[in-house]
Amino acid sequence: MEATVTTATEEKVWSGGNEPLGASYGKMMMWFFIVSDALTFSGFLAAYGFSRFKFIETWPIADEVFTHFPFLHGVDAPMYYVALMTFILIFSSVTMVLAVDAGHQMKKTKVTWYMLLTIIGGLIFVGSQAWEWKNFIKGEYGAVELKSGRILQFLDGTTGERVALSEFAVPVASDRVEHEEKDGIWFVSDGGLPTYSLEEVKAGFAANKNLVVRTERLTAEGKKTVLSRAESEERLEQAVMVVEGANLVRNEYGNRLFADFFFFITGFHGFHVFSGVVLNIIIFFNVIMGTYEKRGHYEMVEKVGLYWHFVDLVWVFVFTFFYLV
Amino acid sequence: MAHAHESNTSRIWTVFIILSVVTIVEVALGIVKPSWSMAPILGMKILNWIFIILTIVKAYYIAWAFMHLEGEKGSFRWSIVLPLLILIPYLVFILLVEGNYIHDVYAEGFVSWDF
Repeated sequence: MEATVTTATEEKVWSGGNEPLGASYGKMMMWFFIVSDALTFSGFLAAYGFSRFKFIETWPIADEVFTHFPFLHGVDAPMYYVALMTFILIFSSVTMVLAVDAGHQMKKTKVTWYMLLTIIGGLIFVGSQAWEWKNFIKGEYGAVELKSGRILQFLDGTTGERVALSEFAVPVASDRVEHEEKDGIWFVSDGGLPTYSLEEVKAGFAANKNLVVRTERLTAEGKKTVLSRAESEERLEQAVMVVEGANLVRNEYGNRLFADFFFFITGFHGFHVFSGVVLNIIIFFNVIMGTYEKRGHYEMVEKVGLYWHFVDLVWVFVFTFFYLV
Repeated sequence: MAHAHESNTSRIWTVFIILSVVTIVEVALGIVKPSWSMAPILGMKILNWIFIILTIVKAYYIAWAFMHLEGEKGSFRWSIVLPLLILIPYLVFILLVEGNYIHDVYAEGFVSWDF
């Protein structure tokens, strides 16, 4: 209300200096940037939804993909780590809003400490994201890709447990060596051979009679379809290559679009977090140097705060659509 | 502004507790996956609808309390929120319907995609 007091003279309305929306120029522009960025993220997430609906019966199950927790090797911990990351980000949002609150009361020391906590939270989050990427890229069990581009994963037929390629592949003598630049044709790179060749995986599969494969297709209960031994042998005939881990072209977890969207959306979000940390650090030093104390208000803290909360807000949606739904 | 110098600390912590509880509920549901929540409603599992609704609840608290939309003027608040409320569901609706249609084309066509 107070900002639209234009009773003095009519000309005053048009001569600038008033704030019809009750927000300063900088804050309003930060909000308008956030609106456009929110639309960008919605575009990405909607595209993800589009592809997921297209391949609804063969989409990878997130609980089976993200199962790692730091220092707990071999423990199946679906979602716990990403839930912890979510907490860290929400908490850094809380310290940010506390910094803004302290800024309103012109308490420099409190603003400094809360900004520092926010920066630390952001750094832990980006680090965790990098660690998730590392696990996702490295892969866990390995799989084979068929002529159709579909993925077959290996299971123990009796226990139903996943089996890694390294547990059953048998060494087979092979002439295939990685092409190197020094061998001539220096402008062509090989891209690296997989740890096990297709022949080794097939030989290992033939030698272990209790192994079966599962396809990407989901059953009515939402599990992957496990084939019988005879069907498995037949499907494995179609295998063309061994896939380990995930990248933008191959994905051992199933549909490659899953990996593409994962890298793209969490990467874009991670870049936002990184930019947010950089902005927070700049503001942090400004706070320490007393820039805002001299200026008489801490509105800059409020503006980066808006951006930081927005990053948290986006993560809430990414978390839901990549890990929960 | 009149509210500028008051401390909102208690409100902040309340919202933090709400957000934490909602996240814990989401993760617990995601791990337990209760059988009643697996029934489909409106083309999706009940569980997924619960996740989406809880996410919107969280988004509301972050935007209203942390980003302090509740303290802004109504005209400013709605000029931010309304475009998003209109455009995002619109885009999502179009793309999901289209994705579902392409899924049907793949499933019912005479081409095998899984071999």
